[in-house]
Amino acid sequence: MDWLAFLLSGTVLAATPLLIAALGELIAEKSGVLNLSVEGMMALGAAIGFIVVAESGSHWLAILAGGLASAGLAAIFAFVVLVTLGNQVATGIAVGILGVGLAGLIGKPYESMTVPPMARVPLPLLSDIPIIGPGLFNQPLLVYLAPLLAAALWWMFKHSKVGLVIRAVGESPESAHAVGYDVVGIRFLAVVTGGLFAGIAGAFISVASTTLWSDGMIAGRGWIVVALVVFAMWRVERVVIGAYLFGAATIAELLVQSAGIAAPSQLLTSIPYIATIIAIALLSMDGKRIRLNAPVSLGRVYNGAQ
Amino acid sequence: MRMPWIIDARTSNSRLVPIIAPLAAVIVTVVSGLVLMSFLGVEPGKALYQLFIAPLSTAFNVSEVLLKATPLLLIAQGLAIGFRAKIWNIGAEGQLILGAIGGSLLPIWFNDSQNVLMLPAMIVVGTCCGMAWAAIAAALRTRFNANEILVTLMLNSIALQLLYYLVAGPLRDPFGFNFPQSALFPDVAMLPTLFGGARVNAGLFVAIGLSLVAWFFVERSMVGYKLQVGGVAPHAARYAGFSEKRAVWLSLLIGGAAAGMAGVFEVAGPLGQLQRVVSPGYGFAAIIVAFLGGLNAIGILFAAFFMAVIYVGGDIAQASAGVPYAVNSVLQGILLITYIAARLFVDYRVRPRRAISTMAVS
Amino acid sequence: MKTELIGSKSGAGASCAPPLLELAGVTKSFATTVANDDISLSIAPGEIHAILGENGAGKSTLMKMIYGVLAPDSGRIRWQGEDVLMRNPAQARSLGIGMVFQHFSLFETLTVAENISLSTSQSAAKLSPRIAEIGNRFGLPVDPSAMVHSLSVGQRQRAEIIRCLLQQPKLIIMDEPTSVLPPSGIPPLFDTIRKLAEDGCAVLFISHKLEEIRALCHRATIMRAGKVVAAVDVATQTNRSLAELMIGREIPQPSRTPAKPGKRPALEIRALTHEPEDPFGTRLEGIDLVLHPGEIVGIAGVSGNGQKELAAILSGETSLSRAERDRVRINGESCGDLGPGQRRKLGLSFVPEERNGRGAVPEMTLVQNALLTAHPLGMVQKGLIARRDARAFTEHCISAMNVRCSGAAAEARSLSGGNLQKFIVGREIRLQPKILIASQPTWGVDIGAAAAIRQELIRLRDSGVAILVISDELEELFEVADRLQVLFRGRLSPSVDRADANSSLVGEYMTGGFLQQRIDSEAVAA
Repeated sequence: MDWLAFLLSGTVLAATPLLIAALGELIAEKSGVLNLSVEGMMALGAAIGFIVVAESGSHWLAILAGGLASAGLAAIFAFVVLVTLGNQVATGIAVGILGVGLAGLIGKPYESMTVPPMARVPLPLLSDIPIIGPGLFNQPLLVYLAPLLAAALWWMFKHSKVGLVIRAVGESPESAHAVGYDVVGIRFLAVVTGGLFAGIAGAFISVASTTLWSDGMIAGRGWIVVALVVFAMWRVERVVIGAYLFGAATIAELLVQSAGIAAPSQLLTSIPYIATIIAIALLSMDGKRIRLNAPVSLGRVYNGAQ
Repeated sequence: MRMPWIIDARTSNSRLVPIIAPLAAVIVTVVSGLVLMSFLGVEPGKALYQLFIAPLSTAFNVSEVLLKATPLLLIAQGLAIGFRAKIWNIGAEGQLILGAIGGSLLPIWFNDSQNVLMLPAMIVVGTCCGMAWAAIAAALRTRFNANEILVTLMLNSIALQLLYYLVAGPLRDPFGFNFPQSALFPDVAMLPTLFGGARVNAGLFVAIGLSLVAWFFVERSMVGYKLQVGGVAPHAARYAGFSEKRAVWLSLLIGGAAAGMAGVFEVAGPLGQLQRVVSPGYGFAAIIVAFLGGLNAIGILFAAFFMAVIYVGGDIAQASAGVPYAVNSVLQGILLITYIAARLFVDYRVRPRRAISTMAVS
Repeated sequence: MKTELIGSKSGAGASCAPPLLELAGVTKSFATTVANDDISLSIAPGEIHAILGENGAGKSTLMKMIYGVLAPDSGRIRWQGEDVLMRNPAQARSLGIGMVFQHFSLFETLTVAENISLSTSQSAAKLSPRIAEIGNRFGLPVDPSAMVHSLSVGQRQRAEIIRCLLQQPKLIIMDEPTSVLPPSGIPPLFDTIRKLAEDGCAVLFISHKLEEIRALCHRATIMRAGKVVAAVDVATQTNRSLAELMIGREIPQPSRTPAKPGKRPALEIRALTHEPEDPFGTRLEGIDLVLHPGEIVGIAGVSGNGQKELAAILSGETSLSRAERDRVRINGESCGDLGPGQRRKLGLSFVPEERNGRGAVPEMTLVQNALLTAHPLGMVQKGLIARRDARAFTEHCISAMNVRCSGAAAEARSLSGGNLQKFIVGREIRLQPKILIASQPTWGVDIGAAAAIRQELIRLRDSGVAILVISDELEELFEVADRLQVLFRGRLSPSVDRADANSSLVGEYMTGGFLQQRIDSEAVAA
């Protein structure tokens, strides 16, 4: 494979889990809940996914199991935040630590094992295009599904009643309650859906892009996902763009090496983190735009039992 | 969902409940620890002993607990001041690493020094490095409005890579057979240990002393008061003219200084050199300690001690029963989650939704 | 205007039909207070029924229970003769109960049609023509595709009423609907309500304005301190008798002497134009304002016309750039770029419209709340809080303003709204300001406390302080102000002297009448 095709392929493989997890986080945040436990949810999804492949051999079962496990973790988060009215930042950190810990614990026996990678599905005709074909169109099915999922969510927030209700709950839970919506129930579903997506993303990393499990393998991707949603100003279409940009940044190491530039490997590994900081700083400068786009009630405690 | 209970905001603080919440969290954590261990094939009695009793059973183990409590206490006190102001510094781990790096520079460069000012100078340099690392987040927040949670987190990862780079190259021991670690520090660069054979050192007293300073700062000083108003009611702080930028700077610098100092205490204490691993996650555990202590300087003393017990208990369980180290994170997570959930009863009044029996559903 | 308000009254209230809604023994308590105690009332179809009571009497709580937003602790609610358990607003709506909220329950970032579609099963696109149709029928014009944040308060109210009407309710609850309208907006609203009643819809009309109730309603249930004190036929009542029922004692009237304003302005704003930081805020345009020592200037206007933004610019919570520092002057000194603390040093003090979380920190004690702005009065020594001094100051505030609380160590959240407001006003007065800005000083405050606060403002004026009162209650401004100016869409009207101020002129200004005048006079000048 040509190196350009290799880089394209690496970028979409790295971007796909970011995109899926960020879409999940977007749903939760649109409903007004800031879930900072993405790192833990992705780690748990990755561990469970890997174990399921190792034991059953089915990648799709693995993706599903990873998603469900993280949805369960997200349910714990949602309970603490929505029912016991916990601070969203502190609870997110706590559930994140729990998720990373659980992943390390159950994944321990599977460390240093490898599994067969998820099957690649070449798209007819498209995969025959030189460079772009092998780079973009000979990938696991989820790589193609992720942008379709984004398109579906874009439509949902723009045109459907469900999307309208989520936005309404995220803007003013008090008004949504007064109009007759079950704010706690809707937010619960939004957060759990976000967890499902994060778990699927984590499982994709362990069974499709790396095919091995090691403790700490998510390596801050969950936090990049959280940053990505801010970067995208809570817009689906910008989440897509951001995910592929950050996907490219996470393989910057390969990129720089292939360009023949000599640099310490630690600096190259830091590139995605540095890029995230720069992106956050540049995009946050215009506070007015953030206030205009951020869900108004994001992060605020809402008491649904009065 | 219509809950079968009603939650009202409190109109005055309850005296008793704030103590019950962390206690409840500790009990749930102990029970989950036992359940978890029995899943891993350790019978509950043995698990209870290894995790929570053994750490307190011998003088050496107690000294280990105090050794681990030192950085937790120090960092948590620094973080709590920021958390009270709702400045979320999640980057103590990175600030600790920078403190360890900064604290190591002098003893590595002047490896045969006999100067008694070595240790104080190390503490100053390390603390400043921790502050400088936190200052990046403060500058980005005040200048560009960048969210400090994300920035401090990213800085953690970058700090770790910086450490890897330095111990693999510029600060590596030239006579160390290419191991990624620095030369051993001279004696003048080491914190005095408190009693023979144990590793716990004078850093503990510094941490306890600074805890008292933190208490005084929060409860008595005008600056501490201003920070707290900013956290509880940001609009009131703005109305009163308390600068938000100053609060961000102060919170992050105090947190960074405490974490940086803790980093120096690690390299000048149990480690005695700069290594690839300078902290088993103290920076994150201290976040939990700060919350568990109710963001209160005195409460944090107890919380740091309990968290240190879990650390040592985890080590013991790992050594004797081969239990993965990740049990530690799981217990830490459970501890904070249950504490936050139990806070419901501290911050609110919960009462059952009375069934209105006279009303029939039409 | 009065004869216009008292239009045709149908006799629906007296009809013998079974009651549409009946409440018996409904009780609801919050943490420390019993908001509703053993409430009973009944409403017939087509009846316009007033719930009358002063701030804090428990009217809103009662309505929220009828609408299913809050659950009663005990008691029964009967709807068309059958007991119902009102679980949530959706159930109330399915029974045929609609509600127009005082602080609207609309979503700012959605369009009118989207907002309305949230409470029906239809899509926004399908609803638009129906919204227009209902708007025409009941005199409620509003653009379905407009974003709510771009609408005036009156337009929002219309959107909310249309939302109610689309569900063909049998009962509509309106919580203080006139409080957000300029005087000229009230008769059309009353026409709409009467049309509804003629169609057989019952209306629960919540208000504390006697004139309006006598003009519009058939019957009234009067509440005081969470209890029903009377249910009366409005036609048999006078303003005076209703007021006595509502308050239960003599209404205090502030005493005042003519103002003797000083010559040198204490506070000036010159040609100020300001873009809001808040994307949904109001742009201020060409503001000129002069305030002299010893006078009270009132800023009138329907809320949402720039009051918040103006107050924040005066207090320093919004500070201007250095280049614009001359736009705001305190005693001749330019201070546009100074923060609130520095302006306080120049002699300005400020009572903000929000008590909880801005003027006071609910979770902190009164002593700590005194420190908030009074700390420069020697309460900090070498960086440490002088707790004894702070406590003495707090106790002075409590006794001077007759604040009812359990002492200086009481948490602010344990005080009633009126008492906390008295404490804040007392604190700001004891800073011995040269200028006092009070924004909505009696919002949500009971009549006794409101009278005390107004009297205190007048007393302060007499001692030579320059006072600016921003309020959306015209009656309040007529009571305290020596001069009036009106804010409309971020522009400030010319000043009207107390003697010339009447509700028709000020009412005209409140809908922007002065803008036309200005254009005319400019044309003449040209």
